[in-house]
Amino acid sequence: MNGQSSESLAGFAARHGLKQSAARPPLTTYVQQVWQRRTFIWNFASAKTSSMYTSSRLGQLWQVLTPLLNVGVYYLIFGVMLNTKHGVTHFIPFLVTGVFIFTFTQRSVTAGAKSISGNLSLIRALHFPRASLPFAHVIVELQQLLISMVVLFALLFAFGETPSFHMLLIVPMLLLQMCFNMGLSLVLARVGAFTPDIQQLLPFILRTWLYASGVIFAIPAIAQDRLKNHPWLIELLKANPGSVYVELARTSLIDSYRTKDLPELGWSDNHLWWYAIAWAVIALVGGFWYFHRAEERYGRG
Amino acid sequence: MAKALKEKAPVSDAQPAVAIDPTREPIVVVDDLHIIYRVYGSGGGRGNAATALMRVVKRENRPQMKEIHAVRGVSFIAYRGDAIGVVGTNGSGKSTLLKAIAGLLPPAKGGVYTDGQPSLLGVNAALMKDLTGSRNIILGCLAMGLTPEETKEKYDEIVKFADLKPGFIDYPMSTYSSGMGARLRFAIAAARTHDVMLIDEALATGDAKFKRRSKAKIDELRKDAGAVFLVAHNLDVIEETCNRVIWLDEGRIKMDGDPKEVLKAYTDATGK
Repeated sequence: MNGQSSESLAGFAARHGLKQSAARPPLTTYVQQVWQRRTFIWNFASAKTSSMYTSSRLGQLWQVLTPLLNVGVYYLIFGVMLNTKHGVTHFIPFLVTGVFIFTFTQRSVTAGAKSISGNLSLIRALHFPRASLPFAHVIVELQQLLISMVVLFALLFAFGETPSFHMLLIVPMLLLQMCFNMGLSLVLARVGAFTPDIQQLLPFILRTWLYASGVIFAIPAIAQDRLKNHPWLIELLKANPGSVYVELARTSLIDSYRTKDLPELGWSDNHLWWYAIAWAVIALVGGFWYFHRAEERYGRG
Repeated sequence: MAKALKEKAPVSDAQPAVAIDPTREPIVVVDDLHIIYRVYGSGGGRGNAATALMRVVKRENRPQMKEIHAVRGVSFIAYRGDAIGVVGTNGSGKSTLLKAIAGLLPPAKGGVYTDGQPSLLGVNAALMKDLTGSRNIILGCLAMGLTPEETKEKYDEIVKFADLKPGFIDYPMSTYSSGMGARLRFAIAAARTHDVMLIDEALATGDAKFKRRSKAKIDELRKDAGAVFLVAHNLDVIEETCNRVIWLDEGRIKMDGDPKEVLKAYTDATGK
């Protein structure tokens, strides 16, 4: 029976064009595969969004209530009790914009970290580019954010903002933030797939980031009196992507913040778009590359 | 790890040698495959934070980490059109072998070579259990790379094949019985022609009617020049469906050949 020993099995397999099971496709092929799955990504996200609150009695109403309650809590603590509003004319629009925009990043990252470990049975049964999952989870959060945006605009107009063309800048700003979030959740998806401990740690990291990003107080106001002697720290806070996207949303939406508060605090907003574009590109390209490097290992174990 | 491999080497030599059939086209080649995986115990009664910290400080492995050498030097070739049944007692490495072919377990030694990406259907829960059956069908098809138009075409076929009770298609998949879930998953996965399909007990929960239809589907896949691997404890299913049977025992191939012969030897050995 063993007369064919002249040819090894591996050689035989190679001669017939068989490949090592679960090899990683090259990066360009992988990008095409993900792009080909775009309908899957969108449909997966929509299905997740619509099934999100099915077990609760108020159902989809929570999509609006959750952000509103968040704003209520932050206003009570930071607006009323601690009074962090110094330097800001319209504090409620300022706070609400900050909370909603930062929540988008925060929730994308949390969902991204679970996107592989939470879909193991799907990953094991069907073959598809795994990067579709973190992308889909960011789209879920984007759909949530769009609902929050309706609430936000209602609040803005209620607090005296007038509709203007300048507000349309929020669209490119959100697109850039979405790219940044996708990149970051791709990184976290890979980390979370192999080190589940990160899910215990993530809430603390994200909360620290929230306080460092000027979501509930104006960084320029703090910079003016407390950080005067640490210019490098100010530069660091300016470059922080969390704060970049939040500030960009505020300068786009709140007229008084852009034309009155920031100049009075001696702060410019010229750097914001450049930082926003740079962070979006770096995160998305780097995150995709990093996620792809472990493509064949997701679902193992 | 290396030592364990060496010790077992003389035994694995006793496995039937692989003969290459040059007239047929191979689709899966398994070359001297060893799979070793680690299991973590709960740490007995001493799994508290202090012991965990000491372990990190001393750079020890997690407690009760055992290395299980589940597959020990398996080699075989599956050709296009094969339906291969895998039999063996519990813990003989059947499921591990299928997972390795699917690429879900890294080989410790040796390799698995396949044409195309194998699809593994296990007994585990639904694809997306919080979504309805119809959503699962659409998303499953799209994930496998079908276009929206193709998905629409296949949809009715899948529903018909899964043959769920009326109305269930609109319920979340978590409410399905295990048989219904298995049927729907099999129907979805079979909607696309796979080169290699690995079925791990997924048909065991189906009723007689479904078994008949799934056999027809497997025959169809074979005709499309793919290969099907079937793990089942129900030997009748294997005898009816497969043209070849591999008997695994303690991670080694004990017999590989014609279903009647192998199954007879297997039932004699296990004293059924």
